[in-house]
Amino acid sequence: MDILTWTYILVGLSFALYIGIAIWSRAGSTKEFYVAGGGVSPLANGMATAADWMSAASFISMAGLISFAGYDGSVYLMGWTGGYVLLALLLAPYLRKFGKFTVPDFVGDRYYSNKARVVAVICALFISFTYVAGQMRGVGIVFSRYLEVDINTGVIIGMCIVFFYAVLGGMKGITYTQVAQYCVLIFAFMVPAIFVSMQLTGNPFPQLGLGGTVEDGTYLLDKLDGVLTELGFTAYTSGQKPMIDMFAITLALMVGTAGLPHVIVRFFTVPRVKDARLSAGFALVFIAILYTTAPAVAAFGIYNAIDSVAEKPVDDLPKWVENWKQTELIKIDDKNGDGVVQYVADPEINELDIDKDIMVLANPEIAELPNWVVGLVAAGGMAAALSTAAGLLLVISTSVSRDLVKNFNPGISDKKELMIARGAAAVAVVVAGYFGVNPPGFVAQVVAFAFGLAAASFFPVIIMGIFSKRMNKEGAIAGMLTGLVFTLSYIVYFKFGTELFGVAPESLAAENWLFGISPEGIGSFGMLLNFIVSFAVSLFTPPPPAEVQEMVEEIRIPRGAGAAQDH
Amino acid sequence: MNHQEKMKAYWRKNVKILLSLLAVWFTVSFGFGIILVDTFNKIQVGGFKLGFWFAQQGSIYVFVVLVFVYVWLLNRLDREFDVHE
Repeated sequence: MDILTWTYILVGLSFALYIGIAIWSRAGSTKEFYVAGGGVSPLANGMATAADWMSAASFISMAGLISFAGYDGSVYLMGWTGGYVLLALLLAPYLRKFGKFTVPDFVGDRYYSNKARVVAVICALFISFTYVAGQMRGVGIVFSRYLEVDINTGVIIGMCIVFFYAVLGGMKGITYTQVAQYCVLIFAFMVPAIFVSMQLTGNPFPQLGLGGTVEDGTYLLDKLDGVLTELGFTAYTSGQKPMIDMFAITLALMVGTAGLPHVIVRFFTVPRVKDARLSAGFALVFIAILYTTAPAVAAFGIYNAIDSVAEKPVDDLPKWVENWKQTELIKIDDKNGDGVVQYVADPEINELDIDKDIMVLANPEIAELPNWVVGLVAAGGMAAALSTAAGLLLVISTSVSRDLVKNFNPGISDKKELMIARGAAAVAVVVAGYFGVNPPGFVAQVVAFAFGLAAASFFPVIIMGIFSKRMNKEGAIAGMLTGLVFTLSYIVYFKFGTELFGVAPESLAAENWLFGISPEGIGSFGMLLNFIVSFAVSLFTPPPPAEVQEMVEEIRIPRGAGAAQDH
Repeated sequence: MNHQEKMKAYWRKNVKILLSLLAVWFTVSFGFGIILVDTFNKIQVGGFKLGFWFAQQGSIYVFVVLVFVYVWLLNRLDREFDVHE
């Protein structure tokens, strides 16, 4: 069977599975819609969290990003896993004990202020919308490359699927589809990685293959370092980023991960505090399987690509190069007309341009794997994008129905609230789809926003809410606003300064960054500011009321968590 | 020891566990993987330079172990103070 048939079969089967699960696990009450009834097992929640977290970017783009960044790519690996240590140790168990449905719920109650709640809702909506637009785009790209349909048709099909199970099933439907999606995506990521590792290094474990030897007996990484330096690039195992920026970006990604609302809410769905701790552990295991394999895929990919294309005759390239040239993900331009492809660091004479997404998408073809593996990768990419999109849509709909509507009209019935939640999810799907079809030119840039804002706003405010009894609403609001405004302005200035304010591009260059910290890493500085301002302000303003202090003591003790409450 | 003092003692021990685990978290990632990466890269283990290995592999393994150690320690602490569920 050819690639296209296999892809249709595998993607079709996986979609049928998701829809089947959605019908089986419809939500009947707001509690089922918001937190899946609060009875999800830690193992299932761990898997669902992993799928929720690993987006189209993790699945499709991250390995390729590392291929070209080498050691500098470590910021993503450490940043997007280390955040789970913070989440497990500092946030998840206490938020579970608190026992409500959303992050703005916690902020509003702990800081006894609807103003704080509204600021939190705005942050949650902003973070989730920037993220979800990227996911819908990811679905469209996978559709167009593998199923040969138009990107926009792909986005619309993706919208319908997500609409179906997110709107119908709420958190309950999402949880069980995410478990299925995790299985699909991890299988799809690992199969080609294991094949390629066997071929290149003879080791079935890609994690070990990365440290293994290639055909001629030299270590893969040493060989890669040698080849890249010869072509004028930085050695694979050493980086270009200054240490302070590596530090800041890693920290911002870790803290941002721990502060992302769609990840945090997953820990409201387990029955006990103990389960929240354990399920963060399971989530990290499931994520680590992909995240320790990705650097191996990255190194194998760049090694294979250079090996099969560089210095080869232009009219006799492997078949996969021809296939992917049509999608413009590989561009070859024989500038000096010598009939041979030159791949070098100098852009003036370089003749080969490889898009980062190739490393995962074309991996099975590069390694000449059977056609069904290619179809599998398509289904995996789709699973990664759909599961994350669904989790984000839920945060959006909950923020509207619960944190805004219910909070300001406490009298509405459960049934009506559920209807509003479904309606909000439906509107959110359509808005996300719109951004998927008409992507704002800055989708890649806004990721820095999402993490930076989560790092500078949610993370400190939640941590202080748990670990400091003295922290009051004045401190928290001042801190949140300072962190937000500072981080937002820094990113906007350095990312869009030229377009928006007509700043000369030279004055936005790296040497003008504050302490050499890039916009991607500035969230860690924003977080620091948030902490400092909060503490300073809280010292000069009255302590929180006695019942709030009691609540803080209460959430620190595991016993008596019970199920998440309805009111 | 009355209830309130007991809960204070529980919280102090909890924070102590957190801080020691976070010290390890910081050391393997920011320490070995970033600040000391050049020093560690002078040590070669198999095909890996050690600093590079910590940044792309080792720190992630340690993170996983840390969370499970945390779960184990806290479950023990909860029982010791009789606050388990």
